[in-house]
Amino acid sequence: MPDILFEKSFQINKKDFVHAGEASISAKNLLKSLQMDAGMIRRASICAYEGEMNVVMHGGEGHLALAIEKNRIILEISDNGPGIADTEMAMKKGFSTASDKFRELGFGAGMGLPNMKKNADEFELSSRLGEGTRVRMAFFTDAAV
Amino acid sequence: MCIIRKTAHEFSYGFPMHCNGIEYKNMKLREIQDILDASLIIGEAHLDREVHTCGASDLMSDILARLAEDCVFLTGLTTVHAVRTAAISGVGAVVFVRNKIPPEDVIAMAKEEEIPLFTSPYSMFVSCGRLHAKGLTGLNGDR
Repeated sequence: MPDILFEKSFQINKKDFVHAGEASISAKNLLKSLQMDAGMIRRASICAYEGEMNVVMHGGEGHLALAIEKNRIILEISDNGPGIADTEMAMKKGFSTASDKFRELGFGAGMGLPNMKKNADEFELSSRLGEGTRVRMAFFTDAAV
Repeated sequence: MCIIRKTAHEFSYGFPMHCNGIEYKNMKLREIQDILDASLIIGEAHLDREVHTCGASDLMSDILARLAEDCVFLTGLTTVHAVRTAAISGVGAVVFVRNKIPPEDVIAMAKEEEIPLFTSPYSMFVSCGRLHAKGLTGLNGDR
């Protein structure tokens, strides 16, 4: 097992649209302060933000957790929300169950999960109805976008 | 017919290029301000910052899904999420179209994230046209 240099978890609050995205901004600033690879930070930050917005919109209470190794970032976003009924559909570009309120903010186009998969080097989505959803992603230093 | 496709990252090394008599080049924010007859809301210290490409959308996912680093981001959305999206994507500046001015908390966030904000009297369509005519490309390098 590689050595973990740093671990940090951020709270994500259900339906808190005003503060939605703050956890991801904090995570990005933390990664920058640790002088990680710029491309890796950008990809991880985008995934954190997309995931955080998903939790605020669809999930219950959630967490954004970072584990930082020398050449790798592990990002896990989890919530105790209703879960995803059809994960295969949720991964399709353009499929969305977002509310009008969320769309007014410029989200809910059904691009979140596909974009997270595109930007991550490893991507794993697991969800159970009535229990919650977890997305685990890994980012490597040398990976091309 | 001339098709050039490059990523924003490659552009930073590839300029200037020529196509149909138009020179593609990185653009300073003060040039963009001039082209769009825009007023600066915040970020005077960054007017010499260069952007490589332009992204225009009210859909934040469109910006997040593309290589928006060091671009100028045109939008009609003045919420905190426009600036958070810009910060996450590494956007070089945000221009609000149709004279829109964001609330104070949004301006404060942009100041903290060092993202210059402008407001232009032109519509999204006209703003895009003006920048395109001067040689700026889309986020993926399309013309």
